[in-house]
Amino acid sequence: MRREGSPFTGLSTIALKEAADHMSSLRMHLVMLLVLLTAIGAIYGAISQIKQTIGQDPFLFLRLFTTSQAPLPSFVTFLGFLLPLVAIALGFDAINGEYSRRTMSRILAQPIYRDAVLTGKFIGGLLVLAICLVTLWLLMTGLGILLLGLPPSGEEVLRGIAFLIASLAYGGVWLAVALLFSTLFRAPATSALAALTLWLLFTIFWPMIAPLLANLIAPVDPLDPMTTLANASWQSGIARISPNTLYNEMTLALLDPSTRAFGLLFLSQLQGALLGSPLPFSQSALLVWPQLAGLVAAMVVVFTVAYVSFQRQEIRA
Amino acid sequence: MSETVIEARDLTKRYGRTVAVDHLDLAVNKGEVFGVLGPNGSGKTTTILMLLGLTEPTAGSVRVLGFDPLRQPLEVKRRVGYLPDMVGFYDQLTAQENIAYTARLAGMTTTESAAPIKDALARVGLADVADHRVGTYSHGMRQRLGVAEVLVKRAEVAILDEPTNGLDPQATQELLDLIGELSREGMTILLSSHLLGLVQSVCDRVALFRRGRVGLIGEVSDLARQVLGGAYVVEVEADGVDLAQTLAGLEGIGSVTPVRAEVSRVDADRDVRPEIAARVVAAGGALRNMAIRRSGLDEVYVRYFEQAQETADAA
Repeated sequence: MRREGSPFTGLSTIALKEAADHMSSLRMHLVMLLVLLTAIGAIYGAISQIKQTIGQDPFLFLRLFTTSQAPLPSFVTFLGFLLPLVAIALGFDAINGEYSRRTMSRILAQPIYRDAVLTGKFIGGLLVLAICLVTLWLLMTGLGILLLGLPPSGEEVLRGIAFLIASLAYGGVWLAVALLFSTLFRAPATSALAALTLWLLFTIFWPMIAPLLANLIAPVDPLDPMTTLANASWQSGIARISPNTLYNEMTLALLDPSTRAFGLLFLSQLQGALLGSPLPFSQSALLVWPQLAGLVAAMVVVFTVAYVSFQRQEIRA
Repeated sequence: MSETVIEARDLTKRYGRTVAVDHLDLAVNKGEVFGVLGPNGSGKTTTILMLLGLTEPTAGSVRVLGFDPLRQPLEVKRRVGYLPDMVGFYDQLTAQENIAYTARLAGMTTTESAAPIKDALARVGLADVADHRVGTYSHGMRQRLGVAEVLVKRAEVAILDEPTNGLDPQATQELLDLIGELSREGMTILLSSHLLGLVQSVCDRVALFRRGRVGLIGEVSDLARQVLGGAYVVEVEADGVDLAQTLAGLEGIGSVTPVRAEVSRVDADRDVRPEIAARVVAAGGALRNMAIRRSGLDEVYVRYFEQAQETADAA
């Protein structure tokens, strides 16, 4: 049976309204304040570190993002940790919040399809994430220029933009997860807790779990060197289930141009390589392509599951 | 025969093994106020959701203004205004912003909707507080804001689910007056309720729902005759006689029900007070008091469900 009319009717209205709501909500202000403070702290640490060890690095500007000064971690580490939190704050009560406010049936009684509600909320959230990321990036660039007196080169800008896209995909995965939980659970508190649990699992516990699982699946036999290889590849494979691993690998390749590969590398593969010399942007982009594709795929899959569960839901309130 | 705007045929909705709506037939004519009455859980809201295409029927068909809500939901929703049970709004937005949002969803631009929103808010008496956050609104104000939304949409049909639920008597009366006004302007209105006496004043026709079926349908006075055997209720206080026996055979009398000692309720289809008085006195009884009133929907309702319960128990 075919429905008549476009499923995109009202999509932009909902997306813009969601974005506007997020921008003015206290919740987002608090989360963004946290991100902003950590960003400024991280960059300040990085700048004082760079000033001491000023060298011949052609990509000094990118060091702003990746240099850490104990006890503060680097900006990208912070972002990898906090971006999911921002995305969860954006999405955890997207659908169940409409039910508990009793606005859902009123909105769906307007001439729009359900598709527009869910997709609109997702796009609205992504829009806010993108705005936040661009703002952060510009802020860091501005601080870098002011405090280091050094403008970014063309390639550094290019790498910065690629980094923004990677961050958006990473945030998108977590937004989709939050949206999924908000359709599955009727209470916003439950969906928030579920999303935060998953966040903790992937950011803190997954790096510990991956080696354990790898040792169970492919135990290392000290007499057979190939088992070490199998173990390592299992380990990186399992670690890459976590979006955080994928994101960390991407930022590593994009912001540190000398990165040539992830994981194990054989000596034969390094033949003729000038170690420590930077790769051109196109080669770095090629390196992170699987990771980016993986994140986008995860985002689409999670969103689809949320979509199916939302379409099948009874609108009773 | 006027034009039918809402038509449901053989409508059925099952949730697992429970049947919420059971082979329901319903027709609402253009311009009338149609009341859907029944206790909680009798399938009223489910029926309404199916009329709007928000829930898929298990079987049967629905036509609203000639459109099928399943295949052409946008056409239906463009023309039908819906006020849900316990309507909610975005608390952090003002009344004006809330309505402007739904107007945009309905395809109006902000400039197009500005004037109708102003008019509608004035009409429901919220013009002074249009720029207040809805979070500060009382329940009655929210309900009226919901009606304003239906007005802005210029709906041909308004479906109001329990519009008077939880309102104080004055707010209820204001809302019912507003509904009456809208109906006089030609809007077809379907409203559901379990508060019958109130609804009786605005409804042209009513349907009594019971366990997902329409038990009775028709005008209030017709229903009274069908269920109670009359449109009048006479309360007779007399002692010294057996009232049921004394009045037996009197023309125009439906039933005689003892209410408490010496007081009985007599259902009649006309004013039978003189005859009752004559009979009681002739039988040597002492007539102490007699009062007549038109039977209301409340009585129809209570009696109908009593009878239904008895038949169910007997079966």
